Amino acid sequence: MSSPISPRFAETPRRAVLLLPLAALPARAQEESFTAAERALLAGRVPVDGGITLDIPTLSENGNSVDLSVRVDSPWTLRDHVTAIHVLSERNPVPRVASFHLSHRAGRAEIATRIRLATTQQVTVLAETSTGQVHRAAREVIVILGACVEGG
Amino acid sequence: MTDFTARITMPETARRGDVVPIRVIIRHPMEREITAEGLTPLPRRIIHSFRVTYAGEEVFRMALSAGVTANPYVAFTTIATETGTLHFEWLEDGGAVHRREARLVVTA
Repeated sequence: MSSPISPRFAETPRRAVLLLPLAALPARAQEESFTAAERALLAGRVPVDGGITLDIPTLSENGNSVDLSVRVDSPWTLRDHVTAIHVLSERNPVPRVASFHLSHRAGRAEIATRIRLATTQQVTVLAETSTGQVHRAAREVIVILGACVEGG
Repeated sequence: MTDFTARITMPETARRGDVVPIRVIIRHPMEREITAEGLTPLPRRIIHSFRVTYAGEEVFRMALSAGVTANPYVAFTTIATETGTLHFEWLEDGGAVHRREARLVVTA
């Protein structure tokens, strides 16, 4: 999925201290739980790249609040419209950050929220349509200060 | 809960068929569970579900986790179909429910 040679591995030991207890799980376990969460959402379907505009800063000073907006291209008819948008994180303790369920009456697939990111990682968005298709988009976000719990 | 407030930003009127943008920000700590040694233990208390109905029909639903910021912000859209009330409902860990409503006047 992500490149094996990634600068974030170099910073893991230093961040691991800072991030306790939010990032109490080892990175490997987190990535496994992300993979499992994505697989569960896909339920055997093969995602199509593209069709999603994922707006998230490439570099975030503060992992406690990262702006995220998602727009999915859709003809938006009764038969073919977006039914769900899922936001997944690769290295947060909880891989499923948020899910948005849209009815036909949403009118278009355009949502925004703010998320927490424990550390530099890839943010993945899956969009399901009423025709059974799944679109996928992913972006790497560099997090300077992780969403950590410091002190009591 | 006394520390819950909601600010709902949306137009008061819209033309039938318009896609209406709705922005909602609530005040809520979205507290993650703290159990680590040396830290004051804190129970988890997050809003895990947000649901919006318009004239009795569900138009938007969001499942939230501890990965959503404190004071969650969300923006979404709905088609102006008829003059009616939008009901906003938040479900919190422990069973607390928060409700707000807003009226949308739809012109031809």
